[in-house]
Amino acid sequence: MAIRERLSGNEAVATAMKQINPDTVAAYPITPSTEIPQYFSNFVANGSVDTEFIPVESEHSAMSATIGAAAAGGRVMSATSSQGLALMFEMLYIASGMRLPMTLICANRALSAPINIHNDHSDSMGVRDCGFIQLYCESNQEAYDNTIMAVKIAEKAKLPVMVCYDGFITSHSIENIMLLENDEVKNFVGKYEPENYLLDSKKNISMGPLALQKYYFGIRKELSDAMDNSINIIKEVSDEFYKLTGRKYDLYEKYKLDDAEIGIIALNSTAGTIKDTIDKLRENGVKIGLLKPRCFRPLPYLDIPKELKNLKALAIMDKADSINGYCGPLFSEITSAMFSSNIHVNTINYIYGLGGADTKSSDIEKIANKLQDIAKTGKIDNIKHFLINEKEEI
Amino acid sequence: MYNLKEVVNKPNRLTSGHRMCAGCGAPVTINGVLRALKEEDNAVISVATGCLEVSTCTFPYTSWKNCSFIHTAFECASATLSGVETTYNKLKKDGKISDDKVTKFIGFGGDGGTLDIGLQSLSGAMERGHDITYICYDNGAYMNTGTQRSSSTPHFADTTTTPSGKVSNGKAQQRKDLTEIMVKHNLPYVAQSALIGNLKDLYEKSEKAIYTKGPTYMSVLSPCPRGWGYPSEDLQTISKLAVDTCFWPLYEVCDGKYKITYRPAKKLPVEEFLKLQKRFKHMFKAGNEWMIEEIQKEVDKKWEYLQMMEKITNEEN
Amino acid sequence: MKKEYSLGGTILKDGNSENFKTGDWKNKYPYHDKEKCKNCMMCVPFCPESCIRHEDSKLLGMDLDFCKGCGVCSKVCPFHAIEMKSDINK
Repeated sequence: MAIRERLSGNEAVATAMKQINPDTVAAYPITPSTEIPQYFSNFVANGSVDTEFIPVESEHSAMSATIGAAAAGGRVMSATSSQGLALMFEMLYIASGMRLPMTLICANRALSAPINIHNDHSDSMGVRDCGFIQLYCESNQEAYDNTIMAVKIAEKAKLPVMVCYDGFITSHSIENIMLLENDEVKNFVGKYEPENYLLDSKKNISMGPLALQKYYFGIRKELSDAMDNSINIIKEVSDEFYKLTGRKYDLYEKYKLDDAEIGIIALNSTAGTIKDTIDKLRENGVKIGLLKPRCFRPLPYLDIPKELKNLKALAIMDKADSINGYCGPLFSEITSAMFSSNIHVNTINYIYGLGGADTKSSDIEKIANKLQDIAKTGKIDNIKHFLINEKEEI
Repeated sequence: MYNLKEVVNKPNRLTSGHRMCAGCGAPVTINGVLRALKEEDNAVISVATGCLEVSTCTFPYTSWKNCSFIHTAFECASATLSGVETTYNKLKKDGKISDDKVTKFIGFGGDGGTLDIGLQSLSGAMERGHDITYICYDNGAYMNTGTQRSSSTPHFADTTTTPSGKVSNGKAQQRKDLTEIMVKHNLPYVAQSALIGNLKDLYEKSEKAIYTKGPTYMSVLSPCPRGWGYPSEDLQTISKLAVDTCFWPLYEVCDGKYKITYRPAKKLPVEEFLKLQKRFKHMFKAGNEWMIEEIQKEVDKKWEYLQMMEKITNEEN
Repeated sequence: MKKEYSLGGTILKDGNSENFKTGDWKNKYPYHDKEKCKNCMMCVPFCPESCIRHEDSKLLGMDLDFCKGCGVCSKVCPFHAIEMKSDINK
C-alpha cells in the first residue's frame, strides 16, 4: 500500500534513506543538503534505522569514509552540495575507480565565487566525468524514487550513483508525494552481498593499488565498459520499480515531443516550468515539446538524437556554464551525440538560472519565440544565449 | 615480557617482494608494529599515498599478508580507516562477522601524509574516537617525490625545496610537533618510538597502541638513507644516535600521563646525530656553528619540557 | 591460473609479491658465517625485506631472491657474523 504524504525534497530523500536502512552514512553539513544528515541523525538517535552515522570533519573525509565503509563491505550513502561536492572531487574518482557501489545525494547548488547558496548545476556538472552514474530529478517524488532505485543500480553496476535535484526549489519545497511501505523498499533493494570486501573473514585482499602503464588502462577501460553497460541495468531496475509502483522512469522523459516542430532540453525542476509553458503555447498552436534527461551519466547518446530528428529548431538549456568560450555541458554533449548519429537540427544554447536566478514562464516563451524564428528562417544568429534579466545586470 | 626469539616466529604481515629502497626504515617500522598483533587477530591496514603505498601494493602484487589493505589517497588514510572501522562495528552488530574473530584497524602514513596534507583527516578521526591506531613513519620529508621539505623536516635540513645555498641555511623552521598535538586530542595512548636495540620499545608501544581501546597514535622515526644521505647499512646506528642525542626522545602518554621510556646514559651532543647525514653537511662549515648551537637549544628545550611534563602529570594530587 | 585480481584492481591473493623477486637490485650480498652466528635473531626484524629465513630458533640465512644488499643485517649483528661482500658470484 502506498502512503500519501507531504514532504520537502530533502525530507523525501531522508525518508528513502531511512527505508533503505544502509549500513553506514558519512556526511558533512552544507546548504542546501544539510537537512539530510540532520533528519538522518534523528533516525539514528531514535533507533528508527540500524545505520552507523559518521559525523565527519569535511566532505573530503565524508567521501573517504564512505569509500572505506563501502570497501569494508557495507551498503553506504552520503549527501552533499556545491563546494562540498567540489571538495570531494578527488575522492569521487577513487570511489568509481575502485568500483564501489554507493549512493551520493546531491542537492544542486551554485559554486563560488561569489558564494551563493542557491540552485544551479555547476556542482554536479563539474564532476560529470568522475565515473558516477548521474540521475537528475524534477520533483520530490522523482528524488525519492531515484534514491531507492540508485541503491540497486549501484550494486548491480558496481558503480557509485549520484542523485541530483535542485537545491531549495526541490530540496526545501513541500509537495505531495507517494511513499512506499518500509517492507516494499526493503524487499526492492534486497540484501547487499559484495563479492570482495575488506572484512571478509575468508580472505584477505588489497584494495587501491598502484597500477602503472601495463595495467592502468585496462582497469580504467573496465570502468568505462561498466558505465556503458549500466544503461541496461538502469532500464531493468526502473522496470522493476514500475512494476512495484506504477511510476515509469525512462532514461529521459518526453513531453509533447513526438509531433513537435521546436523543442527544448532541460534538467530537473525547470522542466516543470517548461511543461506548463508548453501547454499554454500549444493552445496557441505552437508545436513545441520537451526532452528532460533523467540519466546524464551514462548519456543515452543513441536514443536522445533519434527523438530530436524531426525538430526544426532546438534549444538546450544549461543551468551551468562551462566557461569554455563555447557553450554549456548539456549542449555540447547532446549536439555532439546528434552529430555522431548524423542528425542535424539547428540548435542553440541557453545558459540560465545561475545562482538561483529565477526562470519564469515568460523566459520559456522568449526561447520559444526564438526557436520559431529559427524554424522559419533556418538561420541561427548566435549559438549561445544568456537567459539573464537585463534589469538585474550589473 | 618481550622475547625477540619468540616474536620473530610470528608471520610477517608485510612480506618480501616489495619495492622500497634498500635499507629503508619504513618496512622495519611496519613489521615492527604489526608484530605486536596477536597471531590470531586480523587487521585492516589503511595507508596514505607515499613510498610505502606505491612500493608495497604495485599491481598485480601486494606485499600485505595476513591482513587486508586499503589505499585511497594521500590525505585521507585516517578518514578511510574510520569508515572501515565503523562498518565493522555495524556488521558485527548484525552478526555478519562472528564475535570470536577480532580485527584491528591500523593506519600508516609518512610525515607528509600525516603532519601536512593528512592532518585534518587524522585530527577528525581521532576526535571522533574510532577504535583505530594511526602510525606515522616519520622520515622528515616527502621522500616519494624526491625529498621535498615537510613540516616534519628538521630545522636547517637541506631538502630539494629548502636547499642550502649562498643565502639559504636549509629549512628555516623547526619541526611541527605532531605527537604533542595528538596528546592534546585527549587520546588514551600516544607514543614516540624508534628503531633501536632489539625493537623492544617499538613492540611494546605498538602492543599498547593497538590493544588500547579508542583512537591511539604513534610516531616512529624511520630513517631514509637516500633522503638523509647516510650509508644504508647504518639504520640502527642512526636511530640510536637520534635517541641518544634526544633529537628524537622516546616517550609515551597514557591518559595524559607522560612517561619518558628511554633516558640516554649519557646525552650526546646533537651533532653526533647530524654529522653522519648529508642533509646537515652545510651546518659543519666554518662560520655555521651557530646552527648547531641553535638546534641543540631546541633539542634541550624539548627534553626539559618532557621531563617537566612527566613530573607534573605523575604528581599525586 | 586463478585470477588474482578483481574489479578496480583489487588484489585477491594476500602476500603475492613473494612472486616478485627483488634480489637483482643488490650490488653486495650478505655472507652469513654460521660459526660466528649465535642465533640471537637480532638481524631478523631489522631486515627491510623480511628475507632472513629461520626455523626452530636457528638462523638459516638470507634469501638472496629478495635481499637488496642494504647491509643493515651485517651492521646490527652483535657477533659480526654477517659480512657484506661484493663478489656476487662467489
